[in-house]
Amino acid sequence: MYMLSNVLRNIMGKYSTRLYPFETRPAYEGFRGKLVNNIHDCIFCKSCQIKCPSQCITVDPKEGKWDCDPFACVYCSVCVDACPTHCLSMENQHRKPAPSKFVVSLQGTPRKSKKADKSAEKPAEAAAPEA
Amino acid sequence: MSRTIIPFGPQHPVLPEPLHLKLVVEDETIVEAIPALGYVHRGLETLASIRDYNQMVYIVERVCGICSCIHAMCYCQGLETMMNVEVPSRAKYLRVIWSELHRIHSHLLWLGLFADGFGFESLFMQFWKIRERVMDINEATAGNRVVISVNVVGGVRRDLDKTQQRWILDELDKLEKELRQLMKTMLDDYTVKKRTVGVGVLTAEQAIQLGAVGPTLRGSGVAQDARQLGYAAFDELDFEPVTSPEGDSWARSKVRFMETLQSMDIVRQAISRLPDTELAAKVPGKPTGEVVCRVEQPRGELLYYLKGNGSKNMERVRIRTPTFANIPPLLAMLPGAQLADVPIAALTIDPCISCTER
Repeated sequence: MYMLSNVLRNIMGKYSTRLYPFETRPAYEGFRGKLVNNIHDCIFCKSCQIKCPSQCITVDPKEGKWDCDPFACVYCSVCVDACPTHCLSMENQHRKPAPSKFVVSLQGTPRKSKKADKSAEKPAEAAAPEA
Repeated sequence: MSRTIIPFGPQHPVLPEPLHLKLVVEDETIVEAIPALGYVHRGLETLASIRDYNQMVYIVERVCGICSCIHAMCYCQGLETMMNVEVPSRAKYLRVIWSELHRIHSHLLWLGLFADGFGFESLFMQFWKIRERVMDINEATAGNRVVISVNVVGGVRRDLDKTQQRWILDELDKLEKELRQLMKTMLDDYTVKKRTVGVGVLTAEQAIQLGAVGPTLRGSGVAQDARQLGYAAFDELDFEPVTSPEGDSWARSKVRFMETLQSMDIVRQAISRLPDTELAAKVPGKPTGEVVCRVEQPRGELLYYLKGNGSKNMERVRIRTPTFANIPPLLAMLPGAQLADVPIAALTIDPCISCTER
């Protein structure tokens, strides 16, 4: 008899589902929804690219470019854990359906100064043991 | 009487998985069932030679869309045994909690599909309504609904704070109450029993001989559950394998129903005993050697064979999923059944063909 009363209750009562996409449930706090990169803090170290299991991130340190294919990303947040400068983070918002695929491409300033420093340091380091 | 071959699947309204059976029938009675697999092979095992062993955790999760957490847990446990890593006890308990939540939502999914299989649409919706709340627990605690990516080699990545623990316990109490209301309809309804009792009978001897696993084995009265091995924190938790001696479709649905309630109890036990340690241990070195690891999935016993050669890539990852073990029992239970009962009998092993072919 439970099902009969239950079915009647379901007919008379409120909807169990939401009228998506007009009405959405807000995502929970820890939800891994969208990968965002604060490109100003990014040092283009490639840690995210190396750790990513789906290989959706491409980093070009020379050009200062950080590309992510959101349709290849599996939202595991391994890159967020691996990022040394904490410039990567996950936003808790649900992804919307898209009519066509795209790549998130971010342009930052490449770290020229460090490279120059490194090339300047190297001869000095090599010279030190000899001395 | 002349024999005819009727194909069942690979596209069939009763299940979205490409299970293909060639049914040899005499009139409407099944004489023989010949399986044909290989529609969704994805080559996930081969990826082990390309991706490093840490990345493989997220790849093996995608072997199965429903019991993803348990796949990753089995893989991580295998690697931890191989590399002699002592997992912190809190991580072990958290693994139990998330794997049992996966078992609950997998069984509820199956119970719904089963109700749909014999045409009871409103019961199907009731089960999935309950399941949706378990998915919400997953999303709130682990960050995603199905592929929750909480396991890493050495422990887990997420923690449950006191508020979340309280919330999970409250939700489970409500869910259990709602689920118990459906028990009579699922297991004691005249119409439902007409479709399930005596359909696809598998005796205990047949089940053992053909290597059945999980609810298919326990539905034939054999009390065998890979959780009895005591992996993760299961050695410290109280539970008994759920069995039912009848061996028919009804028995298997009863086992799954009772296991859902049992899993809720295990989650409660695990939360009440959650120790206060760190979440993950450091993993030194690269995997070397070989290991076999077994865990209990919602569908049955899952087996991983891992071989490492000291490099960052695994040399071999071999996965034997429960559905693979349950196909011979399915072929044994079909002869003698009516053609209209095949969808019911095939559903009761909870076939996951994507798992089987990886």
